[in-house]
Amino acid sequence: MDVSQYLDIFIDETKEHLQNLNEHLLVLEREPENENTINEIFRAAHSLKGMSATMGFTRMQRLTHDMENVLSEIRNGKMKVSSDLVDILFRGLDALEEYLANIQATSSEGEEDNEDIINALNDILKGKKAETAEAAKAEAAKAAGKNENVQQAEATGDSSKMKFKSIKFEEHEKKAIVKAGMMDLNVIGVTVYLAETCMLKGARAFMINRAMEEHGEIIKLYPCAQDLEDEKYDYDYSAFLITKETPEVIVNAIMKVSEVKEAVADYIKLSDDDIASNAEAIKKEEDTAPVKLFTDTGNAKQSQAASQKSTTKQLTNRSVRVDIDKLDVLMNLVSELIIAKNGLVSRSSEIMELQDAAFREQIEYLERVTTNIHEAVMKTRMVPIESVVNRFPRMIRDLSKQLNKEIELYMSGEDTELDRTVIDEIGDPLMHLLRNAADHGLESAEERRRLGKNPVGSIYLNAYQDGNSVVIEVKDDGGGINIEKIKKVAIQRGVITEEQAQRMEEKDVIDLLFRPSFSTSDKVTEVSGRGVGLDVVKTKIEALGGEIEARSKLGEGSSFIIRLPLTLAIIQSLMVVIGGEKYALPLGNIQSVEEIAKEEIKTIQGKEVINLRGNVIPIIRLGKILGCEKPKQETDDLLVIIVKKGSRLAGMVVDELIGQLEIVYKSIGKYIKGHKIISGATILGNGEIALILDVNSLV
Amino acid sequence: MAAENLKQYIIVYLNSKKYGINIQYIDSIIFMQKITRVPGAQDYFMGVINLRGEVVPVMSLKKRLGLPEEEYGSKARIIIIRPEPQAACVGLVVDQVKEVITLEEDSIEKMSYDESDEKAQFNAGIGKVEDDLIDLLNITAITRT
Repeated sequence: MDVSQYLDIFIDETKEHLQNLNEHLLVLEREPENENTINEIFRAAHSLKGMSATMGFTRMQRLTHDMENVLSEIRNGKMKVSSDLVDILFRGLDALEEYLANIQATSSEGEEDNEDIINALNDILKGKKAETAEAAKAEAAKAAGKNENVQQAEATGDSSKMKFKSIKFEEHEKKAIVKAGMMDLNVIGVTVYLAETCMLKGARAFMINRAMEEHGEIIKLYPCAQDLEDEKYDYDYSAFLITKETPEVIVNAIMKVSEVKEAVADYIKLSDDDIASNAEAIKKEEDTAPVKLFTDTGNAKQSQAASQKSTTKQLTNRSVRVDIDKLDVLMNLVSELIIAKNGLVSRSSEIMELQDAAFREQIEYLERVTTNIHEAVMKTRMVPIESVVNRFPRMIRDLSKQLNKEIELYMSGEDTELDRTVIDEIGDPLMHLLRNAADHGLESAEERRRLGKNPVGSIYLNAYQDGNSVVIEVKDDGGGINIEKIKKVAIQRGVITEEQAQRMEEKDVIDLLFRPSFSTSDKVTEVSGRGVGLDVVKTKIEALGGEIEARSKLGEGSSFIIRLPLTLAIIQSLMVVIGGEKYALPLGNIQSVEEIAKEEIKTIQGKEVINLRGNVIPIIRLGKILGCEKPKQETDDLLVIIVKKGSRLAGMVVDELIGQLEIVYKSIGKYIKGHKIISGATILGNGEIALILDVNSLV
Repeated sequence: MAAENLKQYIIVYLNSKKYGINIQYIDSIIFMQKITRVPGAQDYFMGVINLRGEVVPVMSLKKRLGLPEEEYGSKARIIIIRPEPQAACVGLVVDQVKEVITLEEDSIEKMSYDESDEKAQFNAGIGKVEDDLIDLLNITAITRT
């Protein structure tokens, strides 16, 4: 069979599985007893094995097979999870990633057999055989102690088979259960075991569920309905249903479906606490709305399916994979549409006959639609930042071993979305900052103890949307940036003079870090400190149209704040006239527009400044910088646009304001090497070109 | 019937002198239009224009070749050049576009030039047409900014 046409899908799915494995292995290391995690890992490894075998990648298959063997022992409770074991599994994952990289580059998995990893895996299997009996005993004891939320009323049948008893409920599910109890209905938990010869597990599960639904309402499935359908389970699964019947009736109904090996069922009761708290909540609801049990549980089922979906991150069924080039074409078309729309708007305002209300209304309607189309297309290009940051926990784990520091990484806002082009580029700079934080930012554990800090260092990676930009913050609770040390190094290297150093503000000193070849680390380590650090990060971020800023407090830690535009292609901007020429200023940077009387401009140390509501703000004459030929006659009042970069302000003097406009960013190409203030150009409604000013470069 | 040893050139005027541009580089020839100045650009760049929705930089060919520049008349055109098949376009402003000529390879005389003289590199040879001599331009060098 020719499988080459499936190669892209294979690569995509393998990536997903590997990421999944990486994440869950990290969890497993921290919670070695977490059964869900073990199952998830096992399932992912199993799928990987099957997929690579189908595609004919035998080395990959062999490695996953041996990893699966070890995982299977863990899952069956015959082996304990140790740090060494996780290390070997991680090495296995790295090897698999290498295979994948090879496959991506050359369509072949390469020649590396990774014999050492396979041997290590097999050694573990042999070594642990002796301990299995003991481990199994311990595992059984653990399993018995696990029933926290679910308590059984009276046991019927073999309790160890009743896997549903160890499944925890979400709040809304608990509510449904309590409600059922109030209506004198039974809540029954079921675990179904399929025959191992069963071929179509998805279809079989569906038939079983239908049989159960004849007797009541299923409120929860474990694994979730989607996973059951996709056959992402082994040979057993659990269900909870609200019914008038007894467990025996349900079991009988299930057993009528063929290929079912066994089914066990029992009543479910919640702990008294749960009942009390939920009953209260229900009562409150009853005051406002009459109880409709079945619709309510139906909703619960739906929302449960939804929440399950988001947590398992398996959105494949609801999405289509689209080539990024196609999206680019679409985006370009939208850009042209906006240019055409702007043309129509500007023409219509010139023609008197078109000044009636009905026409204006249509124009406004068109404007709204184009803006919405733009937003919609932009959203299709948006990717959660998660796809970049999800490899960081693993990286920090490795770093923590490598540097012999205890590090905890806290991430938030992984669902923050950014344009695809930005996502592809942001990974390296972030990795750099995290490495810096781990290596230079955090002190060693001994040092931290001495300072009375928590010996475990914390690194935070926070992402969030702020207006039209996305902010990503890398923060550590280490020693902070040593201002004096930077000054010393800068003087040594001749970057600044001693005199300058004394006058410099803290902020300016920190900015020195972003200069090329500036590393203050005393020793160059494997992790970072080769002097190609922050300046590269800064260049990259700025190339993406963003900015980076560092803040620090000595002894308390430092943070790097990256601000990126949501999209690169279409920007809201303020159109201005400077020396008779039209320019666009991105709205994102603009703080306010002020009219300043000429006398208010003071000259301090040869620089023009104004005092605006207590802030001393430097004034920049854009006309002079842009070399405009005919400076406008100076009037008594100057139009000053206050722009903000990080925490700095500056006032830009312009001659005239035209208004706000949605503009399409166009590069001016590589032939012209213009002023660095010019970041690009845009085509106006009348076909004219206006240049886009990057005022940040002046602040 | 384009034999391999035949090359086609567009003849343009700069300050009443003839220059030849190899037709293979030419994307299109357009009328003179409003050029938006780009502050800080190289002095031989006049700015950028809007060419069918794309922003294209435009160069004064005279300035690039070190010739004196005067006002452009109504015959002035912008020749849109694509130096390489996939590369971005760049425009060259000329006083007038005259005609297309076909030259045999034999009638093109290569000039030896001093490597250090940038302006000399802009010459790709001298074309002999009847009793006229035409300065053939090295487009690759001219657009290498």
